[in-house]
Amino acid sequence: MEASVGTTPIVTITGCVIVAIRDDLDDHDILALQDQLVEEVSRKNAVGVIIDIGSLEIVDTFAGRMLGAMAQMARMMNARTVVVGMRPAVAMTLVELGMTLEGVETALNADRAINLILGERN
Amino acid sequence: MAESDLTVTLSRPSDVAFARQAAMQAMTSIGASAIKKTKFVTAVSEIARNAIVYGHGGRISFEIVGNGSQRSVVAECTDRGPGIADVNQALKDGFSTGKGLGLGLSGARRLVDRFKITSSSDTGTTVILECACR
Repeated sequence: MEASVGTTPIVTITGCVIVAIRDDLDDHDILALQDQLVEEVSRKNAVGVIIDIGSLEIVDTFAGRMLGAMAQMARMMNARTVVVGMRPAVAMTLVELGMTLEGVETALNADRAINLILGERN
Repeated sequence: MAESDLTVTLSRPSDVAFARQAAMQAMTSIGASAIKKTKFVTAVSEIARNAIVYGHGGRISFEIVGNGSQRSVVAECTDRGPGIADVNQALKDGFSTGKGLGLGLSGARRLVDRFKITSSSDTGTTVILECACR
């Protein structure tokens, strides 16, 4: 596997930037994705960012820190970040790592995340 | 046994992903539960990244020990770095000499069933992680 140049597809629906992170991104891909997301929020004047991590079997401190940073950056651009689809084993592991993802909101799925984000605006 | 023994070279940041894949493969082969797999692979990810970022690279090898329901995976990660000046301090939550969160090493220790670290300026740092299948 090459240091993948392949970008993760990002879509924006009703002002929400939505991305499903594919399994096993390396550190470089994670940072590239963060840049892409911030760009997209700005370009589309998005009000929310929804990050689906349902396919991730693990979230380590590097990926966790990216999620936290993403939430902070989006907040500065007046957008809300919601992480969806976290596996139970990932949640347990993050807590044991001591990464509680302060400031990162979660929802069960993308539907609920959209309601959460748009509900507040309307 | 040769089939289950596996070594991953750690030199570039993308090698962390290969170490994770090898760890996942080893845990799957002993029939580990989802939570055990996730904990172990996460610990391996932290330790492998440390070896690359702070330890000038190295390698991590995986071995399956025990038998039946007592099986576990042992990972041994060795780097070529300058060693850790104060291992006890490095194992404290929030301690980092770099720009990390200082949760990797201490967190990895909590995630596995056995954790051993040896470090010196001559030999670099070696971390042993063991995780049982249940």
